[in-house]
Amino acid sequence: MADLFPAPITVLDAPDAPVIELVGARKTYRTGAIEFEALRGVDLRIEQGEYVAIMGPSGSGKSTLMNILGCLDILTQGEYRLAGEDIEELDEVDLAQVRNERIGFVFQQFHLLPSLSALRNVELPLMYRRVEPAERRRRATEALERVGLGDRLSNRPGELSGGQQQRVAVARALVGEPDLLLADEPTGNLDSSSSEDVLRLFDELHAQGATIVLITHELEVAQAAHRIVFVRDGLVQSDEVIGR
Amino acid sequence: MTWLETLRTGLSAVRSHGLRSALTVLGILIGIAAVILTVGLGLGTQRDVSAQISSLGSNLLIVTPGSSTGSDGVRGGFGSAATLTAADAEALASTTNTPDVSGVAPEKSTSLSLEANDTNWTTSVTGTTPDWLDVRSRELELGTFLTAADDTERANVVVLGSETATELFGTTRVVGQSVTISDKDYRVVGVLAPAGASGSEDLDDIALVPLSTASEQLVGGFQRSSLSTIYVQAKDADSLSAANQEVTSLLLNLHGITDSTSADFTVSSQDALVSTATSVYRTLTVLLTGIAALSLLVGGIGVMNIMLVSVTERTREIGLRKALGAPPWAIRRQFLVEASVLGLAGGMLGAALGILAAKLLPSALGTSIVVSGAAVGGSVVVAIAIGLVFGVYPATRAARLAPIDALRSE
Repeated sequence: MADLFPAPITVLDAPDAPVIELVGARKTYRTGAIEFEALRGVDLRIEQGEYVAIMGPSGSGKSTLMNILGCLDILTQGEYRLAGEDIEELDEVDLAQVRNERIGFVFQQFHLLPSLSALRNVELPLMYRRVEPAERRRRATEALERVGLGDRLSNRPGELSGGQQQRVAVARALVGEPDLLLADEPTGNLDSSSSEDVLRLFDELHAQGATIVLITHELEVAQAAHRIVFVRDGLVQSDEVIGR
Repeated sequence: MTWLETLRTGLSAVRSHGLRSALTVLGILIGIAAVILTVGLGLGTQRDVSAQISSLGSNLLIVTPGSSTGSDGVRGGFGSAATLTAADAEALASTTNTPDVSGVAPEKSTSLSLEANDTNWTTSVTGTTPDWLDVRSRELELGTFLTAADDTERANVVVLGSETATELFGTTRVVGQSVTISDKDYRVVGVLAPAGASGSEDLDDIALVPLSTASEQLVGGFQRSSLSTIYVQAKDADSLSAANQEVTSLLLNLHGITDSTSADFTVSSQDALVSTATSVYRTLTVLLTGIAALSLLVGGIGVMNIMLVSVTERTREIGLRKALGAPPWAIRRQFLVEASVLGLAGGMLGAALGILAAKLLPSALGTSIVVSGAAVGGSVVVAIAIGLVFGVYPATRAARLAPIDALRSE
């Protein structure tokens, strides 16, 4: 069976480069004649192994920032380097590959495919790479074991609780060994005990060396991180490390 | 993502909406079955017609009276004039004038009632000569055929077709029995072997009498010496056109006509009849197939419709796959594969239905349907192509979705 995925682009791996380097980032949305500037010059630098929460009220630009950081959207102006790679010069196909290899997403809505088992859901990112089925299965199983769902491999999302579904999503984000774990309101749809569950999981992953960016509007959740970046009106308002 | 995985994903997407997919497949299925059947019916009819014309005999020229442009410029219809005579047939049979002719069978037909015991049966009573059997490539089942002596003696003898014999006597073993035609008794000397039907004419429902007997006793008055048809057999296929010229010029001579455009007879060859008949049916087939193909087009629009619904429904899935690293072409391929799975299913089921109908329908309709491998294979390919073509737009739309918009949709 021929795998028609193109050969990986050559990436200059810079081991010491920050995971995220955003310089003068501007993003303008245009709806007809109306222009809206969601980001108005954001500078942000996140090093490897950091656990950062991005906070802000709705309309502050934090969702836009999340899309930019996740390579789901590109800047109107400014520079964005992800693990040393200049994102602004990439086309749609290369962006897809960067997302696949460098970023693990966790969404508020979980975004699991209901017709697939937990295992198949976790395998998805590896399916868009040159990973053999057996290897894919092994790594997906490992990722699910890592989030404590080793006994739920063949369950479909509908057969799992909200907390369990979000843990499947975390496993899916981890399976490709990304440079960055990007979580968008990961506890927004969960009750408090499941929320604690997921945040504890993030803590563990951070302890194991993962770089995590958590986007939230809840201070309680943000306080799980070691650094909190406040965004307001498209600008970084404050950026502080909270010792724990 | 490999082709196999894409195919598996496509299949499971098709399966997860069973009824919807089945209805879409039905649209293609009906179209494909209709195309296979109309093409098959057309081919079958063409084959039947040429078989019927060939069953008249081999290397035949058929001379019919009329079809001339008269002095008033009015063209008479086929067989509208009584211009062929027994003398013409005799002249054609003489080898000095027509060296390429191997046999001549004049026919003088009229519809009469035959009586035997208490039964009667109306059939085509045909006066002819002993050559008829060879020229028309027929065989006797029982008894003997008409002889030259029968003709000179104007003997009251008759050779019956197998069906005529069965209708009158309930059996074909009727040699020596007596049949009454126009109040005169005829002795049955032979029975023809069955040959089937040729168009509207039943080759087995016929009563043959000597030509002289027919002119003297059965058909009177003005029509007495005229013939309805003269079948002329050429020596072989190569001498057919030479024979055609010889027959035409001899008859023009005999009839004292100098201008061949005002001939009072028509010489047609079997090939000409076959090509005329088949070209008519071919036109009809093309027309009907065109109509059937329209239903295929409608089926294709059904595929496009359902694929657009599928793209809309799965916007979030598309967004997620893109976020996880699916490039646009992988998304496009996934939806194209899904559309062609629908097309393929419709094509295969349609071909199966078409073949099944082609097996069952002929016995009900009395026509033959020829299912050609090319038509079946072609239809399945066309069905997949329809899935692909009508899947391109929905798939492209899916591939172009921006991942953020797609993820955000509810």
